[in-house]
Amino acid sequence: MSEYISDVIGGSKSLLVGLSITAREFFKPVVTEQYPWVVPEMTERFRGHIELIRDEKTGKPKCIVCGMCMRSCPSGCISLAGKKPEGEKKKALTKYHLDFTTCSLCGTCIESCNFGAIQFSNEYNLASTRKEDYIFDLLKRLEEQG
Amino acid sequence: MDTNIWRPILYLIGFMAFAGINAAYLGWCERKGAGRIQRRTGPMEVGFQGLLQPLADGLKLMSKQLLVPDGVDSILFRVAPILAMIPALTSMAVIPFAGNVQARAVELSVLLIFALASIGMMAVLLGGWASGNKYSLISAARSVSQNLAYEIPMLVTVITIVMLTGSMNLEEIAAAQQGGFWNWNIFPVASHSLAQAIIMPVSFIIFFICSVAETNRAPFDMAEAESELIAGHMTEYGSMGFGLFMMGEYLNMVVGACLITILFLGGWDGPLGLSGGIWWFLVKIYLLLFTVIWVRWTYPRTQIYKLLNLSWKILIPFSLVNLLLTAAFIKVF
Repeated sequence: MSEYISDVIGGSKSLLVGLSITAREFFKPVVTEQYPWVVPEMTERFRGHIELIRDEKTGKPKCIVCGMCMRSCPSGCISLAGKKPEGEKKKALTKYHLDFTTCSLCGTCIESCNFGAIQFSNEYNLASTRKEDYIFDLLKRLEEQG
Repeated sequence: MDTNIWRPILYLIGFMAFAGINAAYLGWCERKGAGRIQRRTGPMEVGFQGLLQPLADGLKLMSKQLLVPDGVDSILFRVAPILAMIPALTSMAVIPFAGNVQARAVELSVLLIFALASIGMMAVLLGGWASGNKYSLISAARSVSQNLAYEIPMLVTVITIVMLTGSMNLEEIAAAQQGGFWNWNIFPVASHSLAQAIIMPVSFIIFFICSVAETNRAPFDMAEAESELIAGHMTEYGSMGFGLFMMGEYLNMVVGACLITILFLGGWDGPLGLSGGIWWFLVKIYLLLFTVIWVRWTYPRTQIYKLLNLSWKILIPFSLVNLLLTAAFIKVF
């Protein structure tokens, strides 16, 4: 009998505890975001597809067209080209294509780059029904970022 | 009794509109409440704060085909959803919203409402049986055993109220509780003996639990346990067949809240002696409905055995003891 009564009292008490928890949650601020209307800021260490880094002094990409990233890529998704402009010592980048359909975001290209010319971007809004949309022209992207 | 035919007709139209709006917008409140408790926003896209969502859902359900699968009992299959709505709508006719706001003054309105509530159970039973689906049949069997178990403590508790008031007329029961919350049946310090003030809150809790169970709401939604029985008796229903079942559930909630308000919370009486009116009635039923939603999003579903144990081992003994004590106190004091 005493077990029965303590069961009833203990049970009622735990039910009240449950109700008080949900009541408190009810008045706390909402944690979700209304995604298409409110675009969240991605964290700094998010690993999106790679992007070129601009040299602040010259305004041009830091890349010197050594091709290390291209060779280190296990999936062979980077293709780049460059040529030496008239009267300059260093090569300048003319093409930097990333085939994102095969990229596995391993980051080997970034590790292999001795000049700190590429990094992971914060891009996460990617959606398309066509394969060709995922071959990114990173040089054009950098220019558009202006 | 009023013999003018227009009075009940106009009231019924008003109550049906009230019932329809409630059935639609309680769904919205439910989703908003669930969202807030889980720290989401709930529906937001259709209209301001998702206020047009019930309309969109209704249009969607109405534009779909009412599919009657092979192997179902085609008459009962069509009757069941209607049977889910009708008793709840009919009960509205005898509920007094305020002093004179009542479609039909029936002398035994308490009895009528409980009789109609038992018919509501038939909808689940017929829907489950006619579907010809084993999950639906299990759901029907469960729901009947659950409703039988919870109707007993509910009725025993109502008998205590009827004994206190000496009437089975909802209007008279509410009228007996006027004049501030100390006269309400939940805590009748002034109008009855002090001992009643200890017994009645327990009765109130028993009645509340039973009314949640009677309307098949979580944590007692064994009949439509999604995770084990898909949706129980509603599995084979689509379009407005399903819609009527959902509306019936919400309407039953409203009727349950109205009953609790009249039996325990003084009906249309304002607390602290404030002037009463239909607005106090509405405030009380919506507070109760919020509590039902709040309970749903707090507790997980129980097992059918535990559910029956709660009724047979705890609620029925407690309500019987309450009944005996009330009878004794009425005799002694």
